[in-house]
Amino acid sequence: MAGGTGIKAKHQRLVLLVIALVVLVAAALLAAWALRNQASYFYVPSEIVANPPEQGRGVRLGGMVQRGSLRTEADGVTIAFVVSDGKARVPVVFKGIVPSLFVEGSGVVAEGHMGADGTFVADNLLAKHDENYVPREMQNMTRDQARQVMQDTK
Amino acid sequence: MHGFANPARFLRIARWLMPLCMGAGIAIATAALGWGLFFAPAERLQGETVRIVYLHVPSAWLGMAGWMGIAAASFTELVWRHPLAGIAARACAVPGAVFTAVCLVTGSLWGRPAWGTWWVWDGRLTSMLVLLFLYFGWMALSQASEAADGGQNKAPAIFGLVGAVNIPIIHYSVIWWQSQHQAPSITMGKSAMAGAFLHPLLFAMLGFTLLFAGVVLARMRAILAHQQAEARLRRKALSEGY
Repeated sequence: MAGGTGIKAKHQRLVLLVIALVVLVAAALLAAWALRNQASYFYVPSEIVANPPEQGRGVRLGGMVQRGSLRTEADGVTIAFVVSDGKARVPVVFKGIVPSLFVEGSGVVAEGHMGADGTFVADNLLAKHDENYVPREMQNMTRDQARQVMQDTK
Repeated sequence: MHGFANPARFLRIARWLMPLCMGAGIAIATAALGWGLFFAPAERLQGETVRIVYLHVPSAWLGMAGWMGIAAASFTELVWRHPLAGIAARACAVPGAVFTAVCLVTGSLWGRPAWGTWWVWDGRLTSMLVLLFLYFGWMALSQASEAADGGQNKAPAIFGLVGAVNIPIIHYSVIWWQSQHQAPSITMGKSAMAGAFLHPLLFAMLGFTLLFAGVVLARMRAILAHQQAEARLRRKALSEGY
């Protein structure tokens, strides 16, 4: 085999493969972009408020449990709280056992449907923890204090 | 390029590099797990369950790294016809699939106490499960191609490259789409994880990565030895006139 043609064939394969990969990645990005609304696991409150799902249709609502909003109803097993994404708020009621990580100021994913009065009726609650990992020694600090300590000790 | 492709030269290097990676990997991974499981602190909200991170995150990384290895080897095989590339891809598949499975199992065990569920079909969990199925498919295809014509056809290499599309999807699934799984704690140059968790975690990732490299080198040596033995048997059969 002549060295020149071997290098040329190699070069041709490299160019073809790179073109194929660029097309493939572009196709995948297009698909991911098209899926951006459908592939989300839950709606955030601003989406629910802007575009309310029809009553009774099963949806998931995700966001932060607003501080100070969590209270137990008179029957002792129903809880009510407000889910917020910083832009909009949706009141939620839930009857049952909550996951241990379900606390005010933390993330939650509620499965359920919109009730008649604009309240979200949850059948199931999942806790959603954020990407911050803070040791227990810092548990009495507020989130901002803990973040400050983490930055100082880094 | 073909200087590195020489199997004899590879074997000379692998002979000492493999036990080195394997030994250092086992030592570092064991030390890191001991550190994480017994000495690292409990987390503010999650408590003791946070310790699963020291197995879960290295497994997730190596599950994805295994496929990146398959994809890089496939690219090298298709462009440069590197004789070791196909072998390297085959060597990455089983450990990659095992770590992907460990990631899914530990994630499920962690999801129950942390989120309140064993499994949800969000973008991250689903794309990681797809990765496991891609590994199974790739291994079946690679074995079929090996049985059909000694691994001369290019189907596994093309599958390896196409399947790599799933890797950025796994990574960005928690950024593009709302998901149950949280966003990455460790991103380029910064960490939302306190040092008390981050340091044993990085140590565990280093240890498991070395272990992974050791297993890949060992499997490459085994595949090469198998191919040599088969070639020798074939020559022997020919010379004896069968």
